Amino acid sequence: MKLEGKKRIWSEFQKEIPDDHFFYVRSCIRQSFFPGSEQFFLKVLKEDLGKDIFEDPNHTTCTGIGYHGDVVQFDTIQTVVARHFALATEHGYKDVVISCVTSFGIYEEIIETWKHYPETLEKTRENLYKATGRVFDVPDSITHSSDIIYKFKDEIAAKAKFPLIDHVTGEPLRIVEHIGCHYSKMFPKYGVGGAEFPHVLIGMIEAWGGEVIDYPERRHCCGFGFRQYIVQANRGYSLSNSRKKFVSMQPYKPEAIIANCPGCTMFMDKWQYTIKEMDGMTYGQHGQGIPVLTYEELAGIVMGYNPWDLGLQYHNVQSEPLLDKMGIKYDQEEKYLTKDGKKLPVPKDLINA
Amino acid sequence: MENLYTQLLEDVRFEEGLNACMNCGVCTAICPAAEFYNYDPRMIVDMVQTRNDEVIRDLLKSETIWYCGQCMSCKTRCPRGNTPGQIIMALRLLSQKLGYFTESEKGRQQFAVKRTVGDNILEYGYCVPSYDVEPERHPEQGPVWEHIYENLEHFIARAGGELYGKEGPLRRFTPEVMQELRDIFDVTGGLDLFDAIEEASEKKAKEMDMEFTKEGIDCEYFRHVYTFDSGIHFIEEPIMEDHETGR
Ligand code: SF4
Ligand code: SF4
Repeated sequence: MKLEGKKRIWSEFQKEIPDDHFFYVRSCIRQSFFPGSEQFFLKVLKEDLGKDIFEDPNHTTCTGIGYHGDVVQFDTIQTVVARHFALATEHGYKDVVISCVTSFGIYEEIIETWKHYPETLEKTRENLYKATGRVFDVPDSITHSSDIIYKFKDEIAAKAKFPLIDHVTGEPLRIVEHIGCHYSKMFPKYGVGGAEFPHVLIGMIEAWGGEVIDYPERRHCCGFGFRQYIVQANRGYSLSNSRKKFVSMQPYKPEAIIANCPGCTMFMDKWQYTIKEMDGMTYGQHGQGIPVLTYEELAGIVMGYNPWDLGLQYHNVQSEPLLDKMGIKYDQEEKYLTKDGKKLPVPKDLINA
Repeated sequence: MENLYTQLLEDVRFEEGLNACMNCGVCTAICPAAEFYNYDPRMIVDMVQTRNDEVIRDLLKSETIWYCGQCMSCKTRCPRGNTPGQIIMALRLLSQKLGYFTESEKGRQQFAVKRTVGDNILEYGYCVPSYDVEPERHPEQGPVWEHIYENLEHFIARAGGELYGKEGPLRRFTPEVMQELRDIFDVTGGLDLFDAIEEASEKKAKEMDMEFTKEGIDCEYFRHVYTFDSGIHFIEEPIMEDHETGR
């Protein structure tokens, strides 16, 4: 095939990611379960990469879990998101960075709806003005925060203290990546690599020395299912989907799972605990669980940040087996200290501890 | 006649989500809900496209529209560009607006979604803040979560934030911000939807002779819809058992 044609075909799967001046919106789940990840992201962008990233503390939830849990209507969520855009506009930002795959999918849906049904954009402008007196510009770009890490993966690789390599054998570590359904299954053009070749996490893992595992249920949902988790009676749905993935990935001996979406990260960690409690099963090597990390946590340990400042001790599946393979030195005693050095009790029944 | 099909068409997601379905079943093949529940998204799309109000009313009262997990995997794969998941969102919304959702066990659970996530949004400005993930309601979160829940202030501080501070993770929003959020819900019909869910649920609780409180989650009806499972929803033989590679 001529190079030109090849380039044209692949251009559909590439995404333009802005270089600087970002307006950041947080995720309910990421800040509630992985606050260290969001703090790391902001720090690395500002201090290590020298970028301008701004957060207005007055931005609220996007209401996304309510929307996909069917108690928030489309008109409502469009207006809440429009309020975020108004805050970005007021501060002079045109590029919005989103810390949650559920939110990101909703932003995609809203912007696409506004394009195809311009009357919905007008209606949203009216609603927002009536409710808050605010006006907004539609942003030039929306990116997921992993897109930004992907863009700067080589700069991070250049600063890597502990690449994703077994420090004894020199072999690359085998990593499972999980993209999260709403990243690019709904509107492929918004994701790096689209729906067919989602590359955002692969790019990071390979740039940092690891090897990506391909396994049968790689693109299967983690099983969040919104109402299927929120309501206790339905949680078997969520558990079964995660389990289906664990069973499928187990023969490939993953050293870690890296997830794009904070919800997926949380579920794949918690359900390993639940399954172990229920029937004693674990899916890692030597009877261990598989540590599940956010991409920020992964970038952090690669760059040599203290794993306990990133929050790895707050997962059910502890990450020591991974840290040991990478040759990272850590102090067990520091895990459950408060910020000012007070000792907190150590949680029971941790996996891999 | 209520003109249910016309009411569905008013939902832009429905208009976008449904072109003529050719009943190929690709959506069902890829659907994670169809593997777990006795569920077939192809059938729902096919029933809706009959445009028959009686068929649609049965759907609005059914268990089946509540099985979807909204992963939207079906959107990527449908050869006709349909999105069964979005059609289902439109059906669920209409079912709640018309009060039909209380006719099914899975539909009644919407009361629990409203009293947790829905109320969190207007009370805290977050869908699921850590302090609402009570360990008793979330045994699957494990002892590490109990530790976090009891030491939340330290958990956030160790990450470099301040619980209930002015900025950063789990900051507290000002009354002005919370009022803006509430006003958005008011102007866009969000409060009306909450009221519709509350009203129908209260009526159902009375019918089922269960205690119902006007707010919070400490009542018999909440506990019932949140935890009850009649066991009629699942496919008979879970496919996965055979594949377990156990040690
Ligand atoms: S994949 Fe599309 S065309 Fe095929 S049955 Fe499902 S909705 Fe109909
Ligand atoms: S969105 Fe719903 S119907 Fe579509 S594949 Fe996911 S669970 Fe199935």
